[in-house]
Amino acid sequence: MTKIALNLISGRTIHQGVAMEAGKEKDAYTKACGIIEMDPSDLKKLGAWRNTNVRVTSPYGSVVVKAVEATQGPHPGLAYIPMGPWANSVTDPNTYSTGMPTFKGVPIEVEIAMNEKILSSVELVQKKCRGEV
Amino acid sequence: MTKVVPDVICPFCGTLCDDIEVEVSDDGKTIVDVYNACAIGAQKFMHAQAGDRVTRPRMQQPDGSYKEVSYDEAVEYTAQMLVNAKKPLMYGWSSTSCEAQGVGHEIAEKVGAIVDNTATVCHGSTLIAVQDVGIPSCTLGEIKNRADRIIFWGCNPTHAHPRHQSRYSIYPRGFFTNKGHKNRKMIVVDPRNTDTAKMADIHYQIEQGRDFELLSAFRVALRNEVLPDFVAGIPKEKIYEGAELMKSGRFGVIFFGMGVTQSLSKNHNIDNAIMLTKDLNEFTKFSIMAMRGHYNVTGSGQVLGWQFGFPFCVDLTRGFARYNPGETSSNDLLRRGEVDAVFVLGSDPGAHFPISSVKKIAELPSVAVDPHITPTTEVSKLHVPVAFVGIEVGGSCYRMDNVPIDARKVVDPPEGVLTDEEFLTRVNTRVGELMGVN
Amino acid sequence: MSEYLIKNGFVFDPVLGIKGDKVDVGIKDGKIVEASDVSSKAKKIDASGKTVMAAGVDVHAHVAGPKVNVGRNYRPEDKLFKGSPKSGMKRMEGGFSVPTTFRTGYNYARMGYGFVMEAAMPPLYARHVHEEIRDTPIIDEAALPVFGNNWFVLEYLKNGEVENTAAYIAWLLRMTRGFGVKNVNPGGTEAWGWGLNCPTIHDPVPYFDITPAQIIRGLIEANEFLGLPHCMHVHGNSLGEPGNYTVTLDTLKQAEGFSPKGSFGRDQVLHHTHLQFHSYGGDSYASKSFESKSKEIMDYVNSVDNITFDMGCVTLDETTTMTADGPFEHHLTELNHLKWANTDVELETAAGVVPYVYNPKTFIAGAQWAIGIELALYAKDMMKVFVTTDHPNAGPFTRYPRVIKWLMSRKAREDVLDNVLKYGDTVRDRCFIGEIDRELSLYEIAMMTRAGPAKALGLAHMFGSLKPGLEGDVVVYPFNPETDDDPEKIEQAFSNCSFLVKSGQLVIDKGEIVSNGTKRTLWVDAKVNENPQVMRDVEQKFLKYYSVNLGNYEVTGHHFVPNPYVIEVDATQ
Repeated sequence: MTKIALNLISGRTIHQGVAMEAGKEKDAYTKACGIIEMDPSDLKKLGAWRNTNVRVTSPYGSVVVKAVEATQGPHPGLAYIPMGPWANSVTDPNTYSTGMPTFKGVPIEVEIAMNEKILSSVELVQKKCRGEV
Repeated sequence: MTKVVPDVICPFCGTLCDDIEVEVSDDGKTIVDVYNACAIGAQKFMHAQAGDRVTRPRMQQPDGSYKEVSYDEAVEYTAQMLVNAKKPLMYGWSSTSCEAQGVGHEIAEKVGAIVDNTATVCHGSTLIAVQDVGIPSCTLGEIKNRADRIIFWGCNPTHAHPRHQSRYSIYPRGFFTNKGHKNRKMIVVDPRNTDTAKMADIHYQIEQGRDFELLSAFRVALRNEVLPDFVAGIPKEKIYEGAELMKSGRFGVIFFGMGVTQSLSKNHNIDNAIMLTKDLNEFTKFSIMAMRGHYNVTGSGQVLGWQFGFPFCVDLTRGFARYNPGETSSNDLLRRGEVDAVFVLGSDPGAHFPISSVKKIAELPSVAVDPHITPTTEVSKLHVPVAFVGIEVGGSCYRMDNVPIDARKVVDPPEGVLTDEEFLTRVNTRVGELMGVN
Repeated sequence: MSEYLIKNGFVFDPVLGIKGDKVDVGIKDGKIVEASDVSSKAKKIDASGKTVMAAGVDVHAHVAGPKVNVGRNYRPEDKLFKGSPKSGMKRMEGGFSVPTTFRTGYNYARMGYGFVMEAAMPPLYARHVHEEIRDTPIIDEAALPVFGNNWFVLEYLKNGEVENTAAYIAWLLRMTRGFGVKNVNPGGTEAWGWGLNCPTIHDPVPYFDITPAQIIRGLIEANEFLGLPHCMHVHGNSLGEPGNYTVTLDTLKQAEGFSPKGSFGRDQVLHHTHLQFHSYGGDSYASKSFESKSKEIMDYVNSVDNITFDMGCVTLDETTTMTADGPFEHHLTELNHLKWANTDVELETAAGVVPYVYNPKTFIAGAQWAIGIELALYAKDMMKVFVTTDHPNAGPFTRYPRVIKWLMSRKAREDVLDNVLKYGDTVRDRCFIGEIDRELSLYEIAMMTRAGPAKALGLAHMFGSLKPGLEGDVVVYPFNPETDDDPEKIEQAFSNCSFLVKSGQLVIDKGEIVSNGTKRTLWVDAKVNENPQVMRDVEQKFLKYYSVNLGNYEVTGHHFVPNPYVIEVDATQ
């Protein structure tokens, strides 16, 4: 299975903000944040169509999100998952004694996961906490 | 007939727009529409009265489901949890009023808790840098009236602070800037070609994580010293061009965000950015400002500051205030298993902390005070819903430039729903009874 | 309400003319009463062998507000080993040069103070000032909004429109719940919006084209037009610069020709704050050039009767400077390279914060220390000069007892010159302190710390004396004026009073804090004739230039000023 290596950052988007205020347990939030924005050249390297589910893995965790085409590119080599539990499933929790986890600049591997489900925020967090995913 | 409530303050982000107008029904009970707010603010107001609002506390059952309990039971559980814990963490505070924060601090002082706010995952790096090198800054109105060089470094206000550019930084016609954006030059530093970068006069598409080097390079360029051909992926000619643009202005400002606070160099990035600003003051007037996220994280830092002397990561467990980010910060405490109870109010660490920290919250006695259902509420033992500050109850808030604005009440909360301050006051009283103190 | 009878103490009260006689003091229903008017149920406080005075009044300290909090938050080191734990009703305390609000209230109470004036309130940040004042226990407080760089004031005074200026001042006092007219580095702080300054009082402000002299005179005129309790309170241009005494004399002379109006009993039209920083001669800080100009300054001050000042005495500590003199703070960071914070405030003012070490091993710190003391010792009328350290700029307010010791004891001053300062001999050479043998009495100290400040603030009807009818603010110090002659005893006693009654409530009992009191926030509500032009100007500027709506500017709401004490002024003539 093709795996590509990317550098992951996370942050805000308008859709993430709007969806969050309507309720994180709702679909709109999953649609806004359970995604990974990838440069078209990286999607091509991966051999994935747009809007395919992918599994993102870092030294700190793994999560399934939908790969979409970068909305604020081009940024080959860089991937963007809006802030939220999907991004935080793989983000670097090390603070290096500053108190601040390393949310930006996480080495990840991305592979196609067409048959895996994207969980809602609550389900994802609950299952992660129980060690079920 | 409806009526319009003017001068409403939007309780979403650090931009703290205070020109929102909310149209309410004639009986004053229903929000009909919201004017002037950005999409996120408008959603917050409109969603506040959605039919699926949680109106009573919910206690987690052994099978993982939640059962409704009374506020009295919620107060009892919370007070017992905090009193019995050896080292409880009281986290959040950024989406509530200073009044509520003050009551929370009284509780924390009594039980000996750690008090931390969302700066711990946002501008904590900035707070640390300021403690090393200070910060030359100004109010947002100074930008509006004087600034002609605007730099957005590691932030994307078009998405995160949507009305910032139209209210303060790019478009407004101020006293000395009566041509608005035509008087201004904009520089954006961002590894992506963001919607903000698209409007910049110069966009530095920096190699992600190498901001410290580029900041240093600008400081070198200001002094017309020698640079290598490329720094952080940017050709040196472009760096000299940017330095000249900065120096040639009458009043410049650097706005910065998570791009520099959360990438690996963290507080060192901000230190360097502040030093760049200080250096620029030898040539012209320059300021720097953090784009604060939550609408009252600044307020939490202020209240913690004047009451205990530190802006976040405040450890009250020994009876007097101690401060050491990395040791007394929420994520480090959780990951190292150093707290034995977690109280969350006015934020959502379940969604915004690394999952390894959230696992600990799920394992420990925990209370989440939040009007919404969130990942935090759904792993905590107790979820206490409260009124929305700025919509259903007023309260003192501080904008990203530290200007205090008093948020308004526009409509009543749902029947029987307490405010943060009311809930905390009841907990404070009960804690006092349990501990035999006033 | 409780009654108290403070018996057998040595009373010092310049208003009643009591110079150490044993007099009993009665307190009932929150006010001072004749000792014979308290019932037998009054709690008796034994002040035998101790000094009794009205509680202290501080005219100028930076204790509440945004720049103070910058000082706290950006100096975690100021808290190291300086905390004290919560105990009973007492909240936890922290900080040395910038104490937390709880510590501020408790430390002032321990020194027997009952009222403190927050020296500078940026109007846009007024709510912050009031939140901190609210969280400062025991002491009554008020705050002075700053006017000397305010765009409305600059425009009105440029056109000589005194009545409009007065109407604006009255409006702003109400909006900010402020007390009076503060004027910091007139014109220079607006120039700082472009990185510039106004070093003398004749340098015009960029764009607004008005001079500091015009601003000073205009604000005096407007203040007297309103007849406010306090006078225009000025921090003159070129603070801290060698040779600045000429600017200071020019500033002081702007008061010539003005006399106080209104019914609050003050004699002065100009109060110059922290005069020490403004009394320098020479053209550099090096000892071969720098010299004290306290004599020249005091020759002038003593020759007029409409000026008061406070010392701004340097205490030889590591401290934190913070002031609305933005350009000065930038200058200071260029000098000592310590961390610099700055905030320019739209249409109104600015502020800067820089840590500073008044190192006794340097000549200049010793000279600055000397100048502050000299100004007081050269004063003829001790009702016109007040003890301050411009807290925390020249030193923490907790050093007031040390300043009192230096004023009362030549031996203590000689000890500093000989044993604390490294260049004591050079300081003797360049300053006058070595030649002054005057030692102030407790009566004179009471003038400088109680009666004088209360009168200057227009609050002599409330504070500063034990006259029946005044507020029940009384302190007992463990100092026996008949037998205690060790100067160290002065400092110890004035740092830790035995008893403090504040507003008729016992808050310190046998040296321990026993109550958080019920502090009040004083503010001045001046009524003026309707002024549609000023209201229109206000609406226009908020619409076009401010970053907040006019409807959100005023400090309203119980949360900010829960216990207000309003002083009404009728300026409708």
